[in-house]
Amino acid sequence: MSNAITARGLTRRFGSVVAVDDVDLDVPAQQIYGFLGPNGSGKSTTIRMMCGLLKPSAGRVTVLGHDALAEAETVRLKLGYMTQKFSLWDDLSVRENLDFMCSVYGLTGAERRARVAARTREYDLGEFAGRLAGTLSGGQRQRLALAAATLHEPQLLLLDEPTSAVDPQSRRDFWEKLFELVARGSTILVSTHYMDEAERCHRLAILDRGRVVVEGSPKQLAREIDASVVEVECMDLPAARKALAVEPAVLSIAQLGSRLHVLMKRSLAEPERHVERVLAGRCETAVIERVGATLEDVFVAATAPRDAAGGRDARAA
Amino acid sequence: MSWLRRMSAIASKETRQLLRDRVTFGLIIGIPAMQIMLFGYAINFDVRDLDAVVLDQARTSLSRQLVGDLAATQVMHIAWQADSGAEFDRIMERGDANIGVVILPDLERRLADGAAAVQIVVDGSQPSLENVAQGLAAMPMLRRPGTPPQAASSVAVRVAYNAEKRTAVQVVPALVGTILNITMVIFTAGAIVRERERGNLELLITTPVSRGQLMTGKLLPYILIGLVQTTLILLLGHTLFRVPIVGSLAELYAGAALFIAATLSLGLFISTITRTQFQAFQVAFMTMLPSILMSGFVFPFDGMPRVAQWIAQLLPLTHFVEIIRGIVLRGAHLWDMPVQLGKLGLFFVVMLTASVLRFHKRLD
Repeated sequence: MSNAITARGLTRRFGSVVAVDDVDLDVPAQQIYGFLGPNGSGKSTTIRMMCGLLKPSAGRVTVLGHDALAEAETVRLKLGYMTQKFSLWDDLSVRENLDFMCSVYGLTGAERRARVAARTREYDLGEFAGRLAGTLSGGQRQRLALAAATLHEPQLLLLDEPTSAVDPQSRRDFWEKLFELVARGSTILVSTHYMDEAERCHRLAILDRGRVVVEGSPKQLAREIDASVVEVECMDLPAARKALAVEPAVLSIAQLGSRLHVLMKRSLAEPERHVERVLAGRCETAVIERVGATLEDVFVAATAPRDAAGGRDARAA
Repeated sequence: MSWLRRMSAIASKETRQLLRDRVTFGLIIGIPAMQIMLFGYAINFDVRDLDAVVLDQARTSLSRQLVGDLAATQVMHIAWQADSGAEFDRIMERGDANIGVVILPDLERRLADGAAAVQIVVDGSQPSLENVAQGLAAMPMLRRPGTPPQAASSVAVRVAYNAEKRTAVQVVPALVGTILNITMVIFTAGAIVRERERGNLELLITTPVSRGQLMTGKLLPYILIGLVQTTLILLLGHTLFRVPIVGSLAELYAGAALFIAATLSLGLFISTITRTQFQAFQVAFMTMLPSILMSGFVFPFDGMPRVAQWIAQLLPLTHFVEIIRGIVLRGAHLWDMPVQLGKLGLFFVVMLTASVLRFHKRLD
């Protein structure tokens, strides 16, 4: 299957700040592709370059077979975009917003009425149809924004942190809608900073400081994580944590209930033995266990600051 | 066809938002109504009951009769009787009286000699009072039996401070242009930056709407609003201030529509060179003062320095003031003023083109 989006050497600078740094991407068609990354990692800037809203400083991005910058108008007919901030009109009603978006995509008359009616039904907007968009709740606005972005049945949906202002139930419902859209043939690129959402993507790229640090399916990423994961259970967790924190081989420590979740360098041959040695004499009753990596571990390992031996910092320097 | 549909989608969205914004909608009616009342009454020539101070140095039956006659005109209301020249000056200086009457001690002898015996002093800082005084001086009340025929010159008018000269009928039609100039530029100056500030622009420019459709769609609803305002000002001017409309109404509206389009395109251009509504309004105001001062609305165009005249040529209001005065007061036809129309049209085309070229469907 061909790619919906291809980026090569995509770079964007704002003055001296490099927001997106030499990014290569291949987003397969008819899948949900995730951008996972902290704020300021370049997710929005990359998406905006795909919409033709920002001009790349270097490199190029091809969307649905067209250059995103030179052929922006062609791309825009086939593209649905949900901005990070709600960007429909607060002082228009739900129906007026949908009518307007239909009109600008060239849908008129009976066709427009049918589309608006269909989206209103699919996204449960019927009871709010006459309400001003500015008076809707976060979840309702998000449904309206997705309904508006899909009115013209775009092949590709670009969703920039669509769930950042909604409750967990609305997020679940939202993702159900995304899978329905994919089942009907759409390609979706969604940026998020929620692990559970990233987990649901077919593929994802983890972005950090403008670079793609790892890329693949969630399972593949967890399997190929550049770290070993060890969990420690003992009487004196604070003491164990203190001892492990100063170890150069330890990448990160997080407490999960009465356990410590420890990420260690993959180069370490026997991570459990290493932890045992560190804790010897401090936590007598320690239970040390090697566990499988979660996506969060992947994220932490990929974005954690590293010492000079780490690949990324060496490149950045 | 689909070009028009997208453009009208923008226009109808803009109209809906405008109608929903009650305050702005109120201002569409309120601003012109308030302005015409303020300007209209301020320049009203039907002057009545001006507070006057009288210094009667003759104190004869004739002088008292003369003061009575002046009061009977109802133009002045004798509010003060001064006992000395110093008191008279003080009352005038304080502005308690706008008009003063000085009757010289040897009134009878001066009248008999045909010399000036009565002096009317007007406060020249108040426009048009001088004309009132001239009117009073020309009144035949001083031609009493037995006075020589040249007695009309027995009243001398003195303007205390320098007065500017203008007439009411010249001002009200030009006021249509001035009010439109203020409201129209403001309307479109906010049009694009408002979408940007509210966060709608990013979505709007990711749709297939073209720059031309966006600009024309943003402009169109306000042409109608401008014509509504034109009607309102003319109606008030006609009914309240009896400004005659000599020429054709249809031609007046056609000329007004062109002027409105020109000022809207200026606002639109401002909207494309600024980043916030605050900046846009600052720039809009910057263009207004020269328009008002240099268009011939306040000062006669021919009396302005050459450089000011050149600058005034760049302002749509200058040409519209000529057009509307021509139609409303002189009964001229649009085709009598092809140069002014051409300049307005050119201004519109240049500004709209500049706005379209200046605006990019990008965020950088």
